[in-house]
Amino acid sequence: MTQTAAGEGEVGFPAPIHGDRRLRRWLGSRWQPGRWVNIGLPYFWLLLFFFLPFVIVFQISLAEPQIAQPPYTALTEWVDEAVLQVRLNLGNYALVVEDELYRAAFLNSLWVGLVSTLGCLLIGYPMAYAIATAPERWRVPLLMMIILPFWTSFLIRVYAWIGILKGNGLLNNFLLALGLIDEPLTILHTQTAVYIGVVYSYLPFMVLPLYANLSRLDMTLLEAAADLGCRPWRAFLRVTLPLSLPGILAGSLLVFIPVVGEFVIPDLLGGPDSLMVGRMLWTEFFSNKDWPLASALALVLLALLVVPFVALQRWQSRLEEER
Amino acid sequence: MKRRRWPLYSLLAFGYAFLYVPVLLLVVYSFNASRLVTVWGGFSTHWYGELLNNTQILDAAWLSIRIATVNATLATVLGTLAAMALVRGGRFRGRGGFELLLTAPLVMPEVIVGLSLLLLFVAMQHGIGWPDGRGFTTITIAHITFSMAYATVVIRARLAQMDRSLEEAAMDLGARPLVVYLRITLPLIAPALLSAWLLAFTLSLDDLVIASFVAGPASTTLPMVVYSSVRLGVSPQINALASLILLFVSLAVIIAGLALARKRD
Repeated sequence: MTQTAAGEGEVGFPAPIHGDRRLRRWLGSRWQPGRWVNIGLPYFWLLLFFFLPFVIVFQISLAEPQIAQPPYTALTEWVDEAVLQVRLNLGNYALVVEDELYRAAFLNSLWVGLVSTLGCLLIGYPMAYAIATAPERWRVPLLMMIILPFWTSFLIRVYAWIGILKGNGLLNNFLLALGLIDEPLTILHTQTAVYIGVVYSYLPFMVLPLYANLSRLDMTLLEAAADLGCRPWRAFLRVTLPLSLPGILAGSLLVFIPVVGEFVIPDLLGGPDSLMVGRMLWTEFFSNKDWPLASALALVLLALLVVPFVALQRWQSRLEEER
Repeated sequence: MKRRRWPLYSLLAFGYAFLYVPVLLLVVYSFNASRLVTVWGGFSTHWYGELLNNTQILDAAWLSIRIATVNATLATVLGTLAAMALVRGGRFRGRGGFELLLTAPLVMPEVIVGLSLLLLFVAMQHGIGWPDGRGFTTITIAHITFSMAYATVVIRARLAQMDRSLEEAAMDLGARPLVVYLRITLPLIAPALLSAWLLAFTLSLDDLVIASFVAGPASTTLPMVVYSSVRLGVSPQINALASLILLFVSLAVIIAGLALARKRD
């Protein structure tokens, strides 16, 4: 093979060599079986087990529930040999959008997402800023301490708060012993408990992207501001804060999106008034066995989250380009 | 520029206290002799003994560990392939969709993932007869689907930082791409592979919502047992179990961290 190529070159035809190289590049980029397996295998897995399920959810959301196995009606039916009847039931969507209870659940979920994101930001921003400006050798251990709780069980960390917030729990016992309160506060099974649990569980998701952003901040800009007579607080508001907006956005999205669909925290810490979509979906599915309605709820929730989702995706690919 | 740092550091300390105090209290009260979880009745390891005789919890723990092991291994393999495709694959058709499918599981509410996968499994069983019933296989597939997204993030970050000159040197010396991949690239990203494996393992061990959707009647994972017990109220046995899980996870993370730090030196 190499001999032929060299031989042709000697004769004085530059074109075949050029063509050979082009051919090899073409082969290299398109016909490597390794490359196909490399990209194709994970792609296939995600299409089959992540994308296809949504198609099926969409299909079932247009069906009607029935007491059978599976517990939903087929969309298509052969009426006689030549007529295929398609029945699309839009009633589930109408119910989700119009029913007061579901609307309240959606609004409350968005509200909880918003308040918890702000809570995470208020606690997380000073932490990320302190870590990013700490002496070099302290940064990695401090960061590890943020990540470590993320490795421990989510369910168990939520469970820990039940013992603390209960009527006769640790917080109330502590406050009673100090004499700050005369009778136990009711915190568990209220919306407040949900906020505490969510902020606690999602705090690392806010701190990490903020740290990534703040640690790359150009400190000379702050020095310049100080040299020009800007007070530290003002320099923070006018230099640091605007520059850290991408970090704030990323952290907020990483908290907001999953919190809106959260199930475990409102179920264990919340009360009857903390209606959230994730919890209603669970109830429709497991208690009422209404699969079509649960599917419609899932898709409306998904539609609500598409915009923040695309924003997150954009931010990630921009971060990738910056590297 | 010298500025007062103590207000900032006290906020930092407050944040760490917020993160760690609840977990520490949980561990302390697992050694409580009293049945009432929140009233201190003296030191005792009674609940740990009781836990070790609870076959329901032990069976569930064994199932969870088996699922987590298979999940972590396959998720790391798929995550490595996906990360290679994104960092080294250049432009390929459907790259945007691929990235979307890899980002979505990171933030997608668990109830949606669980519901959609269950409906897929039901439809597949109806259509092609597989998977036959639900249990170990379906839970593992569901876990791999979201764990591989996390594994990809970890491995991708490492691959993007990696110095390519070693790979290029091997190529120049005539090594075939597969050999370079196996003998140069993989050993260089080994620390990331270990982190990805551990992350996928703990994610699987921790998952309640998705497993609840795709589990069959005969397969109950550890979080499902913990959840049904917690719904009935706090119990000292669950405190003991929680402490053991925290101990194992912290040990694994610290040992892995030390091993990686030593390798770097």
